[in-house]
Amino acid sequence: MTTTTSPVSYKKKDFESGQEVRWCPGCGDYAILSGVQQVFASLGVPKEKFVVVSGIGCSSRFPYYVDTYGFHGIHGRAPAIASGVKCANPELDVWVATGDGDALSIGGNHIVHAARRNVDMVVLLFNNRIYGLTKGQYSPTSEPGKKTVSTPFGSLDQPFNPINLMLGAGATFVARTVDTQIPHLKKVLAAAHAHRGFSFVEILQNCVIFNNGAFEHITSREIRDDRQVDLRPGQPLVFGKELDKGLRFQPTSIEIVSPEEATVWNPSGRSGASAYRISMGDERGELPVPIGIFRDVEAPCIDREIHAQIEAARARLGEGTLHDLFHSGDTWQVGAAD
Amino acid sequence: MTPPQTADRPKERLEEVVIRFAGDSGDGMQLTGTQFTNTSAVLGNDLATFPDFPAEIRAPAGTLFGVSGFQVRFSARDIHTPGDAPDVLVAMNPAALKVNLPDLKPGGLLIVNTGNFGPKDLEKAHYDSNPLDDPRLEQEYRLVKLDLNEATLQATKDSGLGSKDALRCKNLLALGMLYWVFSRPLSTTEAWLEKKFAGKPEVLAANLAALRAGHTIAENSEIFQGRQYEVAPAPLPRGTYRNVKGNDATAMGLVAAAKLSGLPLFLGSYPITPASDILHALARYKNFGVITFQAEDEIAGICTAIGASYSGALAVTTTSGPGLALKTEAMGLAVMTELPLVIVDVQRGGPSTGLPTKTEQADLLMALWGRHGECPMPVLAASSPADCFWAALEAARIALKYMTPVLLLTDGYLGNGAEPFRIPEDGELTPFPVRHWTDPEDFQPYRRDPETLARPWAVPGTPGLQHRIGGLEKADITGHVCYDPDNHEKMVALREAKVMGVAREYAPLEVFGEASGDLLVLGWGSTFGSVRGAVVRARQAGKKVSQLHLRHLWPLPPDLGGILERFERILIPEMNRGQLARLIRGEYLREVVSLTKVKGRPFTTAETLAKIEELLG
Repeated sequence: MTTTTSPVSYKKKDFESGQEVRWCPGCGDYAILSGVQQVFASLGVPKEKFVVVSGIGCSSRFPYYVDTYGFHGIHGRAPAIASGVKCANPELDVWVATGDGDALSIGGNHIVHAARRNVDMVVLLFNNRIYGLTKGQYSPTSEPGKKTVSTPFGSLDQPFNPINLMLGAGATFVARTVDTQIPHLKKVLAAAHAHRGFSFVEILQNCVIFNNGAFEHITSREIRDDRQVDLRPGQPLVFGKELDKGLRFQPTSIEIVSPEEATVWNPSGRSGASAYRISMGDERGELPVPIGIFRDVEAPCIDREIHAQIEAARARLGEGTLHDLFHSGDTWQVGAAD
Repeated sequence: MTPPQTADRPKERLEEVVIRFAGDSGDGMQLTGTQFTNTSAVLGNDLATFPDFPAEIRAPAGTLFGVSGFQVRFSARDIHTPGDAPDVLVAMNPAALKVNLPDLKPGGLLIVNTGNFGPKDLEKAHYDSNPLDDPRLEQEYRLVKLDLNEATLQATKDSGLGSKDALRCKNLLALGMLYWVFSRPLSTTEAWLEKKFAGKPEVLAANLAALRAGHTIAENSEIFQGRQYEVAPAPLPRGTYRNVKGNDATAMGLVAAAKLSGLPLFLGSYPITPASDILHALARYKNFGVITFQAEDEIAGICTAIGASYSGALAVTTTSGPGLALKTEAMGLAVMTELPLVIVDVQRGGPSTGLPTKTEQADLLMALWGRHGECPMPVLAASSPADCFWAALEAARIALKYMTPVLLLTDGYLGNGAEPFRIPEDGELTPFPVRHWTDPEDFQPYRRDPETLARPWAVPGTPGLQHRIGGLEKADITGHVCYDPDNHEKMVALREAKVMGVAREYAPLEVFGEASGDLLVLGWGSTFGSVRGAVVRARQAGKKVSQLHLRHLWPLPPDLGGILERFERILIPEMNRGQLARLIRGEYLREVVSLTKVKGRPFTTAETLAKIEELLG
């Protein structure tokens, strides 16, 4: 029972739980934690409304380090637990922290169905393309041929592209950001939070121990302006240190053009076709890797719809009582009635 | 046609009757049986039903494996089972006759639809010749042969329905006949048809016409020789009654628990036979504030329920054996996070897909021990369809009071079977209001209530109580992640002590019969009725036999050991290979006689009685 609400002016430290953080030194998760704590402080939401739910894996230790309500679940099941939390109480601000193994392998079924139902929550997928906590096996986002402890001769698996997987599952908000690019991360998380519905954010995250430099070709300072294009709603698709290059959608391809010719990005198209095309990249790897907001569309959220249906039934039939419960079918009397 | 001379012959009074309706799985036998049951319920008979249908939705017509049956026993006295052998068999085709005739009592009434006894029908039932031509059939049974197909087409010819659709009303015609034979009114079924087919006037007209024609044919033709029967109302305890199926009673018990606790009810569930009807029933209770979440799989069913429990709801997940197996990891999470949760397992024949539509009690040991780690939880079992209500209510109450998952075992026989349910009177059910923790003063998520050892239930949204829970071992009191060896041992012991403490509030066990004697028949779950019938008959024959039936399988009742010591021998009938017997041997070092049956069908009274007689000579 909420009788009072907390003040809504916070600093980052208000969201630090005080528990000793146990990620490896240099892990990308530290930067993400810091970014999330800053974003939480900025949202104007009473802190008791936040619930952070996770599964199993390095990223799933996340709830212990944020001073909100938190639930460290079991492997892969965070979207299901979070769906229950949110559907039982839609007033809560529900966030899921998960990883590539947790969300896309053992929990693959739950994340696609949470997306399909459009449960109003933010899912942060820490993608480091490796199993960290179980010590270095390849993951469902690892590149083919990857040599790991479980694939000493190279992995034969084809990876998921988390972005187009979630687009295919009907996620209403799909975005990508990078652990080391904190201003971008904060901007994307704020947009994910502002979106009403299922918000999926892939965070490219570096595992210093088992997969160091996995995204170096996209994220290193020297090259990232040329290797990334930020998908900003209503803005042209431009990139490069001097923003001197643009992307233009052609009928069968995406071409590098001058900034003036660049396509203006619209993540709100119902079909998501442009988002899907750009998420796939090109065969030769010449196009920059898109980050930012792929998709952002409005749709009914199941958590609200559930309660609306209940309210409609109550309005039509009246609040059900124990007497109604027992007397809804044919009844008969035995012995004298009072 | 001249009215037969026998029309006003006095009705014969019968103590009880067992009818079995049998036909193709598309013949509407379940519906017919259910209607007969509801009509008999409203007349005040005690009754019990046993629906028995194939796993296939529409098995190929006329085949032996496609036969669907519904047995109903209605009585002028208190009964506990749907009866061993039917007095009346309605066989809609040769396959139904072949499968069910061996069960019919000698001299029983056999009603056969001759309209489905063509050469092809006989071939599909593997009959070399038409069994109706065998003169022994008429010698051994009271045979009534009628072309129900033709009679139905005649009766429905003005309804506007085509003959294919009209033929589907033949079950109503058979039902109308039996209503006359057993002096039942048509009104309950007429009202039901009018509601069901309100938007389909032609279908309604055809069904009503078939029902009434059956009644008229039975009354006016010679086929029953004017012999009509009555079964008086049963002297049940005073009150208002309704007929319930076990799964519906479970749903009602859960809704009642939500009302009495003041919490919203949340069901996370995935469809599985024979548990889905609980989901269906709860989905209709929207105006009671019930949330039903049809999850993507069994694991999500329980995980959404755990999430909803964290949010403060009375959370439930329902399933059958294979689904319970899938939920076991999450059950461990519920034990570790000490959140209230009701898990209902409507057991079916296993392992694997097994016999999905048939009954069994073979999940007992999985319910007790089938989890990783030391993972105790209270386990309850319902003993009859109506008892599912009380068992579900108690499961929810224990879960909320002790902050623990609770497992409720029912089975397909209870879930699909029906019997009269005495509706609790106003004030009979005691509210148990649940208040979530709100006091932030020195709040600790794992500081326990000294009496129940329950931890506080602090739900998200409550200011000042932010805390983290999860599957990692918790430090005592603070709930922080803790790998300390002594703490782990302490927490394992605390969780166990909490669950074992539930037994303190059990009512004393009640032995049926003397408190000591030559033989105690000890049972659990759905065997209650057949054991009671057998024990009553053995006692009438002078045997010193008593019955004890367990509601609580874990923790076991504290007075059970003492009762066991007062009997020379103990017989445990169960629909598995002796799982309760193992438990009793292990817990009490007491030798027991195990009577087992794993045929997908409940024990008959005769089977249990035969074992009692064998043991007592």
